[in-house]
Amino acid sequence: MNAVDKKMENTNDLLIEKATELDYKYGFVTDIEQEIANKGLSEEIVRFISAKKEEPEWMLEWRLTAFRQWLRMEEPKWVNVTYPQINFQDLIYYAAPKKKAKLNSLDEVDPEIRKTWDKLGISNMEQNKLANVAMDFVMDSESVFTSFKDELEKKGIIFCSISEAIKNHSELVQKYIGSVVPPRDNYYSALNSAVFSDGSFVYIPKGVRCPMELSTYFRINAENTGQFERTLIIADDDSFVSYLEGCTAPQRDENQLHAAVVELVAHDRAEIKYSTVQNWYPGDAEGKGGIYNFVTKRGICQGVKSKISWTQVETGSAITWKYPSCILKGDDSIGEFYSVAVTNNHQQADTGTKMIHIGKNTRSRIVSKGISAGKSQNSYRGLVQINKTADNAYNFSQCDSMLMGGDCGAHTFPYIEIKNNTGKVEHEATTSKIGEEQLFYCNQRGIGDEEAIHLIVNGFCKEVFKELPMEFAVEAQKLLEITLENSVG
Amino acid sequence: MWDNLYKEIDIKYMLEVKNIHSQIEDKQILKGLSLTINKGEVHAIMGPNGTGKSTFASTLTGKDGYDITSGEILFEGNDLMELDPAERAHLGLFLAFQYPVEISGVSTTNFMKAAINEKRKANGLPPMEAKEFLALMKEKSELVELNKEFLTRSINEGFSGGEKKRNEIFQMAMLDPKLCILDETDSGLDIDALRIVANGVNKLRSADNAFLIITHYQRLLDYIVPDFVHIMYDGRIVKTGDKNLALELEEKGYDWIKESLANQ
Repeated sequence: MNAVDKKMENTNDLLIEKATELDYKYGFVTDIEQEIANKGLSEEIVRFISAKKEEPEWMLEWRLTAFRQWLRMEEPKWVNVTYPQINFQDLIYYAAPKKKAKLNSLDEVDPEIRKTWDKLGISNMEQNKLANVAMDFVMDSESVFTSFKDELEKKGIIFCSISEAIKNHSELVQKYIGSVVPPRDNYYSALNSAVFSDGSFVYIPKGVRCPMELSTYFRINAENTGQFERTLIIADDDSFVSYLEGCTAPQRDENQLHAAVVELVAHDRAEIKYSTVQNWYPGDAEGKGGIYNFVTKRGICQGVKSKISWTQVETGSAITWKYPSCILKGDDSIGEFYSVAVTNNHQQADTGTKMIHIGKNTRSRIVSKGISAGKSQNSYRGLVQINKTADNAYNFSQCDSMLMGGDCGAHTFPYIEIKNNTGKVEHEATTSKIGEEQLFYCNQRGIGDEEAIHLIVNGFCKEVFKELPMEFAVEAQKLLEITLENSVG
Repeated sequence: MWDNLYKEIDIKYMLEVKNIHSQIEDKQILKGLSLTINKGEVHAIMGPNGTGKSTFASTLTGKDGYDITSGEILFEGNDLMELDPAERAHLGLFLAFQYPVEISGVSTTNFMKAAINEKRKANGLPPMEAKEFLALMKEKSELVELNKEFLTRSINEGFSGGEKKRNEIFQMAMLDPKLCILDETDSGLDIDALRIVANGVNKLRSADNAFLIITHYQRLLDYIVPDFVHIMYDGRIVKTGDKNLALELEEKGYDWIKESLANQ
C-alpha cells in the first residue's frame, strides 16, 4: 500500500467514524495545566501578554496603540446577525499550556495533547509526512509543536508560530504585520492586534515552490478564553504556497469569542492558496452555546501577475462574520474566492468577500454557495470595487443559495462600485429549494432522502469542493452531511 | 390458511391493481382503476389529457401526495402502498419521467452509482466494483446510443428533450427493473429520437420484465408493439384490446370513446 492510499484509508476510517456520530464529535476537553491571565482587558493585560511572550519593545508599542484605538471603536452593527452583548471584561485574554519545552521528538509531547491529536485523527505524524502535510498545532494560544521544520528550512521556507517569528524574524514581522489589515481596520482587528496570543507565520523565499501543503489545526481549549490568532503569510517573487486551516472546538455552554486576523502578501508572480474548513461548535439544536467567529482575512496581490485564492467551507460556529478579501494592486493580478457556507438549527452566517481592483487587467472570481436549513440565517455580502486606475478589470460573481425547509433564510447583499468604465462585472445569483421533484426523482431511482440530500448538496457545492486539496474535499463533504443530518423531515 | 392461499394465487401476477380510487385536493382523479400485468408483457395505456394517466404512474411509484382512498396495489404480492418510493424502486419499479429533473453538479455517472449501490445495499449486497460499474455504463450507453460525454455532465442540465428521454432509458437499462413505466416518453421527441428510445426499450424486453407505456399518441406503439392496449378515461380503464385498438383509436379519435361511453 503506498503512502497516499494509506492516508486515504485512515481518512476513510475517520470519516466513517464521524459520519456515524450525530453529536458534535470534537466536543471534548483536554485536561492540561494552563497558565491563565486574569479576566478582563486593560493596558496591564496587553503588557502581560507581551511580556509573557518576551516580545521586543516595538511589538508592545504596536499592541498598545491598537488597544487604544480599540477603546475608541464600536462593535459593527451592520451585520445581519443578532447575539447578546459581549462583555469584553468577562473574557480571559491569555491562556497557554504551562509545559513548553523545545521538543526533539513526538515522544516528548504532553500525553494529554497527544490524546487530543489522536481524537483529531492525527495520531501519527509520520502519516502526515508520508502524505506531505506539515502540521503546526496550536493548542489554545500557544504553538506546541511544529513538524517538518527542517525539511522546509532547507528551502529557506519559514513556517513557525507568530510568537517565534516575532523573536527570530523580527524585521520581517515588523515590515508586514498590519500592512494588509491595519489594527484600526475594524473593531475586531483592533482587538486582535492588542491581544493576539499566537498563530502562524509563513515566509516563502523568491522562486521557491513550497513542497507540501502547510497545515494548522486550531483548537479553542480553555473555558472563557477568547481566541485571537494572528496569521501572516508572505510569498516572495515567483513563489507558491498552499495553506490549510482546519478548526474544531470543544463543546461549551457559554458562547466563545473568536476574532482572528489573517494577512496574506503575494509579491511579483507569487501565488497563495488559502483553504479553510471551519467546524467550530455551532451550539446545540436550540442554539445554546456555540462559537462567535468574527474574523478578518485579507490578502494583497502586491506584485504583478500575483494570485491569491481563498477557499472556505464553513459549517460551524453559532455566528460567522467573515469576508476573506483580495486587494488586487499588482497589474494582471488575480483574486479568487470560493465559499460554501452551511447553516443549520439556529446558526447565523454573514460571509462573503471584497475584491478591490487597483492594478490594470486585474481579474477576480467569486463563487459563493450558501445552504440554509433549520431556523438558520445565511447571508452573502460581497463588494466588487473597480478603482480609477484599474483599466480592463474583470469580475465574475456567482452567488447561489439553497434552502432546506421553510423556517430558514438566505440573503444576498452584493455591492458593486465601478470608477473605471473599461471594467467589466458579471453577476449571477440563484436561489433554489431542495424540491420535492428532485427528491422524488432520486427516490424513484432507489436513493433514500438522506442520501439524496447528500447527493444534491454535494452537487450544489461541487465548484467549490474541487478547489480544495483532495483529503480536505472528502472531509468537507462529510462535514456537510453531518451538519445537515435530519434537516429535511 | 386462506390468506396464504390467496397470496400464492396473487403472486402469479407481477402487478395487480384492484379498483383503486384517489383524490388530489378534493378532486377525484382515479375512479375504480383495475389492471393486471404479468411478466413478459407490454401494456399501453392511452387516453385524452387530464384523464389520470400520469397520476396513475405517480401513484404506482409513490410520489408524495398521491395516495389512494380505496382499493389495493400488489407488486409480486407486496402491498405497494405500505412502501416508500425508494423501497418500491428496490423491488424493481422504474419510472421514466415525462419531465426528467435537473440536478446541478451531479453527473449521470455519480447518480447511477448512488442508485445502483443503494439498491444493492437494500438487497444486502456490497457496492459494485468500479470496474464492473464502468463496463455496465459502457454497455448500456451504447444500447441507447448515448454519447459518453453525457455521462459526466450534470444530469439533465442543458439536455435537449430527446437527450433527457434517452438518458431515462439509459438509467432504466442500468437498473434492470422488473416493471418499467414510461410516462409519455414520446412527447417532445422527433422521429429519430423516438426510434432510438424505442429500440432501447425493445432490446430490454425479456420474459422476466414487463412494461407499462403511457402515451397520448399511437406513434410510439409503431415501434414498441404492445400485447395489450388500455384506454383510460375519467380515472379508469374503459376499454382493453390488442395493438389494433390503438390503431382504431388513432383513426376514430377520443370522441369515439366518449360517445360509446355515453351510449352505454
